[in-house]
Amino acid sequence: MPKPLIALLATVLLAFGVSNFSDRIDPYYLDVMTGVGINIILAVSLNLVNGYTGQFSLGHAGFMSVGAYLSAAITLFLGPRLLGDGGGSAVQQGLLFLGALLVGGTGAAVAGLAVGIPSLRLKGDYLALVTLGFGEIIRVVFQNVEALGGALGLNGIPNYTTVFWVYSFAALTVFTVVCLVRSTYGRGFIAIHDDEIASEAVGLNTTRYKIVAFVVGAFFAGVAGGLYGHFKLTITPTGFDFTKSIEIVVMVILGGMGNTIGVILAAILLTILPEVLRSVEQYRMIMYALLLIILMPVRPKGLFNFDYPAIVARLRRKFWPARE
Amino acid sequence: MATYTQIQMIRLLRPLPASVAAAAALSACRLFSQETIKIGEYASLTGKEAAFGQSSHKGTVLAIEEANAAGGVLGRQIELVTEDDQSKQGESSTIVKKLISRDKVAGVLGEVASMRSLEAAPICQAYKVPMISPSSTNPKVTEIGPYIFRVCFIDPFQGTVMAKFAKDSLKLRRVAVLTSVSSAYSVGLAKYFKERFIADGGEVAIEQKFTEGDKDFNAQLTAIKAAGVEGIFVPGYYTEAALICRQARELEMAMPLFGGDGWEAPQLIEIGGAAVEGCYYSTHYSPQVDTPAVKAFVAKFKARYDGQTPDAMAALGYDSAGVMVDAIRRAGSTEGAAIRNAIAATKDYEGVTGSTTMDKDRNATKSAVVIMIKDGKFKFVQTVAP
Amino acid sequence: MTEFLQQLLNGLSLGAIYALIALGYTMVYGVLRFINFAHSDVFMVGAFIGYFAGSHLPHGTVWGGLVALAAAMAGCAVLGMTIERLVYRPLRGGPTLNVLITAIGMSLFLEYTGQLVFGATPRAFPSIFPSKVIAVHGLIVSMNQVIVIVVAAILMVALQFAVHRTKIGTAMRAVALNPKAAQLVGINIDVVISFTFGLGSALAGAGGVLYALNYPSIDPLMGVVPGLKAFVAAVLGGVGNIPGAALGALILGMVETFVDGSRWSTYKDAIAFAILIGILLFRPAGLLGRFTAEKV
Repeated sequence: MPKPLIALLATVLLAFGVSNFSDRIDPYYLDVMTGVGINIILAVSLNLVNGYTGQFSLGHAGFMSVGAYLSAAITLFLGPRLLGDGGGSAVQQGLLFLGALLVGGTGAAVAGLAVGIPSLRLKGDYLALVTLGFGEIIRVVFQNVEALGGALGLNGIPNYTTVFWVYSFAALTVFTVVCLVRSTYGRGFIAIHDDEIASEAVGLNTTRYKIVAFVVGAFFAGVAGGLYGHFKLTITPTGFDFTKSIEIVVMVILGGMGNTIGVILAAILLTILPEVLRSVEQYRMIMYALLLIILMPVRPKGLFNFDYPAIVARLRRKFWPARE
Repeated sequence: MATYTQIQMIRLLRPLPASVAAAAALSACRLFSQETIKIGEYASLTGKEAAFGQSSHKGTVLAIEEANAAGGVLGRQIELVTEDDQSKQGESSTIVKKLISRDKVAGVLGEVASMRSLEAAPICQAYKVPMISPSSTNPKVTEIGPYIFRVCFIDPFQGTVMAKFAKDSLKLRRVAVLTSVSSAYSVGLAKYFKERFIADGGEVAIEQKFTEGDKDFNAQLTAIKAAGVEGIFVPGYYTEAALICRQARELEMAMPLFGGDGWEAPQLIEIGGAAVEGCYYSTHYSPQVDTPAVKAFVAKFKARYDGQTPDAMAALGYDSAGVMVDAIRRAGSTEGAAIRNAIAATKDYEGVTGSTTMDKDRNATKSAVVIMIKDGKFKFVQTVAP
Repeated sequence: MTEFLQQLLNGLSLGAIYALIALGYTMVYGVLRFINFAHSDVFMVGAFIGYFAGSHLPHGTVWGGLVALAAAMAGCAVLGMTIERLVYRPLRGGPTLNVLITAIGMSLFLEYTGQLVFGATPRAFPSIFPSKVIAVHGLIVSMNQVIVIVVAAILMVALQFAVHRTKIGTAMRAVALNPKAAQLVGINIDVVISFTFGLGSALAGAGGVLYALNYPSIDPLMGVVPGLKAFVAAVLGGVGNIPGAALGALILGMVETFVDGSRWSTYKDAIAFAILIGILLFRPAGLLGRFTAEKV
């Protein structure tokens, strides 16, 4: 079995194991771990669009909200009908949740398609603004749809999210993105990032690549949204605004656009940091802002952007020199 | 003569009496220095609705300090653990989880705004920690579960208060309703007002909507003006209400505007200026009400906080803490279920916002007061009983 | 009919404010080819400078109002030039993405520092100009609205003059057309860019004061939404095109006001973005702009 697949299965098993012991773990730590996992999914999926393909999208929270609302609608409205009064067994609930997440992800993917197609001929700043605009449009639409709670949003969402689900999907996201980018097909993404006009000139269908990036990124953002909804148990349209998109973008920039491990590390750091810095909460956004401002001239590649395989190889050579 | 071993043993045993005495003293100390009872509070101390959160926080702190000065509860002092939700979505659930699992609070006080109460209540309910909201008026809050309470009236009542006042006291027959779609509070209050006003024979000629954060209401007001109404009901927060009044006056609309408890903040008059003169709103209490309880509370508050007069949020914060402490006392324990039952059994608790009795839906049946803005100040007009 | 005319007037005054902000965006984009995200926060700073100036000046006088306006414009010009010098200049010549990110960072920095220093609760902006309301045939015209329209118009005319009749204005246009060629003919790019930022920021500052005059509730996050809408207006008119920005702003102001008064008022933010997307799809150069093909 190829290595990435082994890693994926191992992570899923580990997550399952941890989940079973979850009642022995302090609920606050569990909370933080879940938050970290969700942010990993968001950051890695955005990395595909912003980092690897070089399309600066500022509307990721919009896709997240589509997934959150769709999956919550399913578990809240269809759930009781499908599971019956007893609430269903754990397996049935799990299947319902999985279904809801996948539907949420697919809905978000459709939104990604809707956003991606018009944005294709736009570059850089324009694309950033249009994606931001789409994010805001999605938010306004949800604020006005009474069936989905309007401005109040939805609450009473069943608490289905567990460490197992979050980290399994996180692993799946990383697996998908990394395998996609490393494949022969995936070289196209990086080509577009490096020089879009040259890629067109050598015959790459840049349109299709960009759409694929948006759609895949949006799908996982939608899944993350569903996990988020069943974790916080309440979702409102304003919770998925421009500020949330920026938080995810900061993770990608910090981690190094196009470096998956860096982005994962950045996601972990930026989830734990606010918890640790609760006492200086009001300085948090200012510090983020300063980080962005200082980072660009000093280390534009990102704080965590190291060549990890090379580092690992060097360490290996040091400690296992016999491997010649 | 003792052997060497015996001498060694004696040497070893010499500190024994001292250590036994020390151990006895230490354990005696532990008997007397008990742990505090922790009560959690989550409030909007910063952010858009900081005015409300800070007010209720001040009232809560005053109540806890008073209780501690009187000996605490169950022989222990009360420690108030406060967390700031910055008026933002998503923060309340995290900080309430932290209060429950890390700080191990016996009860939770909060929140002022219905939206954030709705966010945190499921968590308190799931962990079986009783929660008392000082001033969330949307009915859905207490519907979340048997561990969620409030010490204020609910919007179905508040809506009828203003409807009755508009019809009977202001003699209005034709009104407009200008609602904020961004808050559960506004949407709920508008609905109940309309129901009652129309049931009483009035007419809601036109409805317009706005979003929180909007600055420009000229378009909506122009449309309302064209509809020819005698009054405008604006069930929103003071931030927008003040601007709405100003712009209405600029458009030469002289009819009265009125709203609910979201109007009450000093900024309403600061920003609204002359435009809010002669406008009305309903709220939970007024510092001008002539009862000994209110007078004493106002005096204590002024003494504690540099001469500031307590508003409705402060009074409700004070009462919510009071009810919680009283319930712990009656329960005789810090067990979640015991406290919950004691809160539910609260009957005729004499607070500064009137007499609180928990009904079967865990809401308090209270009177409302109508306030008018006159001469740049809030003036008490009348009390409306349920 | 009166309602229609009233809405028209409202839209005009809203559009005038958007125009002032949009001009700053369009000028900076024309010269530097990047969107200054922090522009909307310079607008906010202008409003706050006006607030503090206003509290030291007598209310309701024309000269008092003008002094506050001038103070805001000057303060913002300095702020804009400082930001350019310290934050954007070091990144010039690098990938525009980096500057964009820095601009976002700068914007967030201004907003949240503002919240820290001023608190997030809205403050009441003093009425620094005399506030009167005149009724003309049932149409209500407030003095503030008139001031907004008049000042905006004056500033725009002054800008057109500056850009087309002065040396530095010509230099600006040259740099916008081709930076390298401009340098070759001896134009000091640094000075021109500084000047552009200063000018654009001054206009934003004026916009901030005028906005606060009409909607006297100011808070550190007040610039976000007007800034975005002003950018939409700039794109609508053709980015880099000064009359275009004014036209786009006017149209946007009108559309938004009419939507606001209709049943769909809560969708009005979405409408602005829908216009943006529409324009970029069907006429990316904007109404008055020219489409420049990208050369390799």
